[in-house]
Parts: sequence; C-alpha cells; structure tokens
Amino acid sequence: MMIVVNGEEIDIAGCPTLADLVEHFGLGDRAVAVEVNRELIPRERHAETRLRKGDRIELVTLVGGG
Amino acid sequence: MVDPPAAPPQWKDTMSETLFLGSIEIASRLIVGTGKYANYDLMQAALDASGAEVITVAVRRERLLDDRGRSLLDFVDLDRYTILPNTAGCFDAADAVRVARLGREILSQMNNPGRDWVKLEVLGDKQTLLPDPMGTLEACRELVKDGFKVLCYTSDDPIAAVRLKAAGATSVMPAGSPIGSGRGIANPAAICIILERLKDGDPTYPVIVDAGVGTASDVTLAMELGSDGVLLNTGIAHARDPVTMASAMKHACLAGRAAYLAGRIPKRLYATASSPWEGVISYIPGE
Repeated sequence: MMIVVNGEEIDIAGCPTLADLVEHFGLGDRAVAVEVNRELIPRERHAETRLRKGDRIELVTLVGGG
Repeated sequence: MVDPPAAPPQWKDTMSETLFLGSIEIASRLIVGTGKYANYDLMQAALDASGAEVITVAVRRERLLDDRGRSLLDFVDLDRYTILPNTAGCFDAADAVRVARLGREILSQMNNPGRDWVKLEVLGDKQTLLPDPMGTLEACRELVKDGFKVLCYTSDDPIAAVRLKAAGATSVMPAGSPIGSGRGIANPAAICIILERLKDGDPTYPVIVDAGVGTASDVTLAMELGSDGVLLNTGIAHARDPVTMASAMKHACLAGRAAYLAGRIPKRLYATASSPWEGVISYIPGE
C-alpha cells in the first residue's frame, strides 16, 4: 500500500498502524510528532490510528534553529 | 555627634536578578538559537559559554534514512535548558499554528518546561524574512486561544507590537534588524517607543529584542534601552570563534542590563568638567 511520508511516496506493507510506521523508521523511542493528512495525531493515539492508501504523513522532530 | 554609618552603596547584581516569561523564571536574559553551527560540539560549547537558560529550536521533517546519525537532542541537556520551539519557515498563520502544535507534541514527550511555549514567526518572504504583521496577529490570537504562551517575533513597528500584546502575547519580541543581517539595532527610537507603550502601566511586561544582533555592543544597546532580554543566533554561530563570541554576548547582556538599572547620564552638546573650577590658578579663556 502506497502512502506519502515526508513528501516521499513509499510502500508500507507490514505497517497497518501509525505506531508501526514510526517503529519502522526506528523512531519508536525518539521525540517525534506526527501529522496524518495535516491532522496532528498525539503519540497515545498512534497505535489505534490505521493507515489508508494515499495518506500523507509528516514525521517531524526538533532541529537547530533560531 | 557622629552620624551612624550609612549602609555602603550596593551595586545591583544583574547575575542574580531574574526575568519572568509567563510562569517561567530565568536568570539569564540572553536567549540563544541552536541553528547554523558547524557541528554539535561547537554548539554545545557556545550554549554553555553564553550562559543562556532558554534555547530556541526549529521543527523539521525527520530524515528517514537509516544512517540518520545523532540529532540535536543528543547534545542538549534537557535538565539545564528550557526549549523554545519556533515556527521559522512559516509564511501564513495556518502553517505557523500547525508547526506550533507539532512542537508542543514533541516537547510534551520530553517533559520540558517549554512545552506550552512557542516563538511565533510568520514571515512575509524568504529574502527579507520580515514578519507578516497580519499573519502574525492572526496566528497569535489562535495560539493564545489554544493555550500557548506566545513569544511573538515582530518588526520594530510600535503599533504592531501594541496589537500583539493586546492579542495576548506573553512577550513581544521586536527585531533589531532583519534576521541574520548583523545590522544590530537599526532603529533604537522605535524600540524605545515599543518599550514605553508595552510597559505603560505594566512595567514587568517582557519585551525581548530578537534578531539582527551582529556583535556584543548590539546586545548592550538593546539592554541599555530597557529591553528585558535579547534573542540571537547567527551573531554567535557564524562568528569566527563562536564560543568566545558567546561569552562576549553574555557579558554584553549583563553590562547593558546593569547600565539600564544604573541610569545613564543624558547626552549633552557641550562638555561638563570633571575637575572643579574652584581654585583653578590658571588663565581661563573668556574670563
């Protein structure tokens, strides 16, 4: 199933939920925030949030800035 | 009769004087950014030398590559620093609100006191990086309604500053000059008017000069005018020796604050002698 993560189209076979996707990218123990189709999904709802074809995901973190 | 000895005059210790930004109390009035450093070790040393307790960060996409390497958060002592996430890179109110909420979501996972804070930036265009006043005001209102403590980047326009305070900004942060320009306090009179207007009947309302600082004297001037703090990034990060510049900025901030509290003498057109005229034995022209 194809979805778009951080602007890149990827196949996420084996990631039925948002929690699986975050884990897939090795971000399970890191401070990240996630949007699905521009809606912020708090961390406690990642496990119950099922991914659908064509979903647009933003996975963001903190970087150096002014 | 001998008068009892008076208490010796005390100097005001600007090292121990604190500033309240909403509910957060900080001793250092210098807030520094974490961007543009050549590497994280240099950033860490510069943050340390600056004495800052609050540091700004940006919200960006995670790199999804496996060789992600170390992240900013691996180099920041979260027990020492309060993180202030910004909305840099946002050009309309809706995106700024989105990014602010994402920043809050990240910080809430880290249990950092900066969780409900945001340094709001809504920019007009990429070349000037000047704030969009309408977008900034709209985003400020929305974020205040959503429970954020908004530290609001704005231009040095006094009317915009008044509007942002009225919209509920925790602090209004006028730019000294454009972001990263190093031109210092381009319009000190405008900063003075902002300070007068925002502190009228509300003397502890925090006004922080944000952006444009090029060197230590810019920080000192901002503080001498009566600003409550200075926020800067490039002036340290792109100095030839960022760690030494960070230390210079720290001392400049303390010096400027102390000079403000001490009260400067007025500027005069003509000289006033430091030595007495009385008892002068020499010829004085015109007398």
